[in-house]
Amino acid sequence: MHLDHAHHGPAAVSADAARPDGTRRALRIGLGGPVGSGKTATVAALCRALRDRLSIAVVTNDIYTREDAAFLLRNAVLPPERIRAVETGACPHTAIRDDISANLEAVEDLEEAVGALDLILVESGGDNLTATFSKGLVDAQVFVIDVAGGDDIPRKGGPGVTTADLLVINKTDLAPYVGSDLGRMARDAAEQRGELPVVFTSLTSAEGVGPVADWVRAQLAAWAA
Amino acid sequence: MTTRAALLVLADGRFPAGGHAHSGGAEPAVKAGRIRNAQDLADFCLGRLHTTGLTSAALAAAAAHGLDPLALDQAADVRTPSPALRAVGRKLGRQLMRAARSTWPSPELAALAAARPRGAHQPVVLGLTARAAGLEPEDAAHCVAYEAVSGPATAVVRLLSLDPFEATAVLARLAPALDRVAEEAAAAARDGIDALPAASAPLLDITAEAHAAWPVRLFAS
Ligand SMILES: Nc1nc2c(ncn2[C@@H]2O[C@H](COP(=O)(O)OP(=O)(O)OP(=O)(O)O)[C@@H](O)[C@H]2O)c(=O)[nH]1
Ligand SMILES: [Mg+2]
Repeated sequence: MHLDHAHHGPAAVSADAARPDGTRRALRIGLGGPVGSGKTATVAALCRALRDRLSIAVVTNDIYTREDAAFLLRNAVLPPERIRAVETGACPHTAIRDDISANLEAVEDLEEAVGALDLILVESGGDNLTATFSKGLVDAQVFVIDVAGGDDIPRKGGPGVTTADLLVINKTDLAPYVGSDLGRMARDAAEQRGELPVVFTSLTSAEGVGPVADWVRAQLAAWAA
Repeated sequence: MTTRAALLVLADGRFPAGGHAHSGGAEPAVKAGRIRNAQDLADFCLGRLHTTGLTSAALAAAAAHGLDPLALDQAADVRTPSPALRAVGRKLGRQLMRAARSTWPSPELAALAAARPRGAHQPVVLGLTARAAGLEPEDAAHCVAYEAVSGPATAVVRLLSLDPFEATAVLARLAPALDRVAEEAAAAARDGIDALPAASAPLLDITAEAHAAWPVRLFAS
């Protein structure tokens, strides 16, 4: 976490903890991971779990469509003014890591349009195991993989699996059908990540996102402290 | 004072100002079959350089020269008939402003950001950035003229899987033309806002409007 952003130079620079008017900005959490692992499903479930108590907005980064934003809108997890889609020019990891300007603009626009927010979730377009978020864009990041993408992914490591603040291993309901060994995935993940947390989820049930929601609440408590 | 290195920083394709998500009209041209290979790319770039490229480069040179950025912003609007491209120009200007104010903070940049919070046109912001970095109007013109062709070239590498060596060779062969356009732009900027070129490419304007309405696309413009 990067709670103590120094205030120097011009206003409205990416990592400042305060907005230009002096109020504390929203906590920004990035969700990355391979295509189809369940990032949008996690975002939708988080919104449903947290929206009654928190003011939330979402930025999506689709690769060549607006599917993620459209899915969130269709499912009415948040009112439309709380969802922004960023276009990434065929390069989702560039937009979340190397050139974060469009994402920062989306974040700024959301705070301007909606007012004070507690939490902004930034979903990356599905990418590869090396995609991570810039610290100038998010305060913490979640990497979402799933059991059906192969149970050797935690062992393979890579920046997402190894360094994300939370590793989510999703679709545990499918494990019996694809022959994934959850125990092995847990051991390999622990080996790669040391003390960093790992949670297993299945989003087919309404409470499935619980462990991720708990982690987000803890991040928010630390951010507000 | 020598500033050659500052120009390299500003002109670097990795300068984080949002350009990577834009194709400069190359995506619709590829889709329409007008760009299929390196030769087509060269033709496309030459056309863009002498139209949009020249006009934008002159706006940037004028801003670097110290002409009123708000008047230049209006001059950019007038020279951009397509509403979609006006929106893109302001969006990219806003993104460049963020990067510029972190890299070369200056009161002039801050004043323009305050006057145009939703973004001034990108070439105007670039010219002012060049000024803040201690660069000359001609440097700003070079930078914008180069962007006018490097953006489409990078995009076409992604869209057509064009050999990246061939795409870079296209840019290298355009270098003399780029130098001439930058010189012409900088010269025009010395004569004041009313003398700035207004060359435009109607086909780029039309395809930009259509592209903005595509439901599925790789690039934002
Ligand atoms: N069985 C099962 N399916 C899931 C689970 N979570 C998500 N899915 C399904 O997996 C598919 C992909 O989920 P998304 O949430 O769209 O995945 P994503 O990571 O956002 O995908 P991209 O944005 O395209 O990279 C959808 O059909 C979801 O319904 C889960 O826990 N179990
Ligand atoms: Mg998604």
